[in-house]
Amino acid sequence: MAMNKKKLLTVAAAMAFGVAIQSLIWLGVLNAYYAQVLTTMSMFIILATSLNLINGITGQFSLGHAGFAAVGGYFSAIITTRIAPPLPGPIVFLVSLLVGGLVAALAGFLIGLPTLRLRGDYLAIATLGFGEIIRVLFVNWKFVGAAAGMWGIPGYTNFLWAYAIAVLTVLFIVNFMNSSHGRACVSIREDEIAAETMGINTTRYKVMAFTFGAFFAGVAGGIFAHLIRLLHPQSFTFMFSVEILLMVVLGGLGSITGSVAAAVLLTFLSEALRQFAELRMVIYSLMLIGIMLFRPQGLFGTKELSVDMLAGMKSKFKFSKN
Amino acid sequence: MAEFLQQLINGISLGSVYALIALGYTMVYGIIRLINFAHGEVYMLGAIFGYYAITTLKLPFFAALALAMVLCAGLGVIMERIAYKPLRNAPRVAALMTAVGLSLFFQNFTIYSIGASPKAFPKMQQINWSFMGATVSNGQVLILFTAIALMIILHFIVQKTKMGKAMRAVSFDQDAAKLMGINVDNTISFTFAIGSALAAAGGVLVGQYYGVVQPLMGTLPGLKAFVAAVLGGIGIIPGAMIGGLILGVAESTISAIGYSTFRDAVAFAILIGILILKPAGILGKNVREKV
Repeated sequence: MAMNKKKLLTVAAAMAFGVAIQSLIWLGVLNAYYAQVLTTMSMFIILATSLNLINGITGQFSLGHAGFAAVGGYFSAIITTRIAPPLPGPIVFLVSLLVGGLVAALAGFLIGLPTLRLRGDYLAIATLGFGEIIRVLFVNWKFVGAAAGMWGIPGYTNFLWAYAIAVLTVLFIVNFMNSSHGRACVSIREDEIAAETMGINTTRYKVMAFTFGAFFAGVAGGIFAHLIRLLHPQSFTFMFSVEILLMVVLGGLGSITGSVAAAVLLTFLSEALRQFAELRMVIYSLMLIGIMLFRPQGLFGTKELSVDMLAGMKSKFKFSKN
Repeated sequence: MAEFLQQLINGISLGSVYALIALGYTMVYGIIRLINFAHGEVYMLGAIFGYYAITTLKLPFFAALALAMVLCAGLGVIMERIAYKPLRNAPRVAALMTAVGLSLFFQNFTIYSIGASPKAFPKMQQINWSFMGATVSNGQVLILFTAIALMIILHFIVQKTKMGKAMRAVSFDQDAAKLMGINVDNTISFTFAIGSALAAAGGVLVGQYYGVVQPLMGTLPGLKAFVAAVLGGIGIIPGAMIGGLILGVAESTISAIGYSTFRDAVAFAILIGILILKPAGILGKNVREKV
């Protein structure tokens, strides 16, 4: 991964920001509730940007992201509870996240290979079907508690873990997008037949994007498992996939910063609406319909929000003043 | 043999409900290429309307069925006009997300207004008949015959009436249909009305059969009916019926051989199998993409 100075600086600033927030949590300025919300936000950033890699950048419509999160969550929890190697907590956690991610990536690869031949709606339906099948398999797997769920998972996740992984995920996806592989993926989104004619192995790149997306979803699932400390197959229904997809669409398909912004906004919204208790989901769904009706291309479209863009706006502003 | 026949009978009555819901999915997809995820919720609302028509309004069963169908048809039209029509030229994923939003809205609005707890749907006096060693209940017969009657009416509307001709024309080529003087907007609304009415009928029949209705009852049957529609070839009306029946029989067979916890996975396994082997569905034709 080639990194220029500006990118390095951005990442360093982002990490410093995370450490600052975590210090506030440690000092007790931000209470446990805020810590939980911020951690959930970071987890959704990972989920949304990784789904964007599949849906937005490569243009392959997947509705099964919850299934991969479930695979990652369960396998990482198996490492920390059923195997529990006698190592320091953070190392066990890191290993468990990696294992969860890798198993999810394997699942993504195996599922992607046959289904990615399908296009458009049919692919969406097939991935939806796989997501549900994965869930039913966990309902029937006694080793991980079957329908009763998996209890007693150690609470390794804190904000800094989730945030740092979110930053790494975004960094990876941005670098991937700007690599030749990423360009190949974008060309598949724009016109699959043309891409194929130009000698791009479309199946290979589609499966690649799918596998990477599944990996990060699996890692996010591991974070989720060690945050909630309880895994239940019912947590990974079709609605969970939809929630993630919603962030991607709301942010703008193909816009990474859009996904990040939408993940933050929607997590915040659903927390802020808690005060309305029973009306919460009614308001949430109405807002969703409203946003889609008035801004069907998403908040950011396919554009990226960057420092350069802000600088550009500023100079334009100056220009118009003159 | 008797056991097999029994599962076949159970499967067919379950499957004809899937078929009724699947028809709405398939008609809407056929005409505007939208997976209407809110369709399962229309089925749920149909069951709820039917429940209130029977308990509060004290209507007889068939009057309640008709009332629920009319109400849901109206709801289908409103839904299309407000939520889908403005997005007809937007990216398709936006319409899909709106459909999900509507589905969430219907679910949660119902929970908010009548509570999440299941309601006891008044069942009619159960009569069982013995048929070659298997048992057939009057509830199953009612489901089967109502479903068949509705499908015959649907077939008549689509094939013999002017509106049906317009529906077929719009689904074939929207622009050409418009040039031929067909009111495309009304035709699409009409399609939503019919599809929603059929889903409502399915809801009332299921409520009567199982004796319970609740706000979350639509999600899974909705997804499965959608699977049924894809299985038969989405956009093709007879395909939805065949898909529904296959799915119903497969599910009750799996439950009967002792794998009832895998019941929900079967529908999706069948779906993936068919998508990989014959993506266009049982009755679908493969369309070659032109450059």
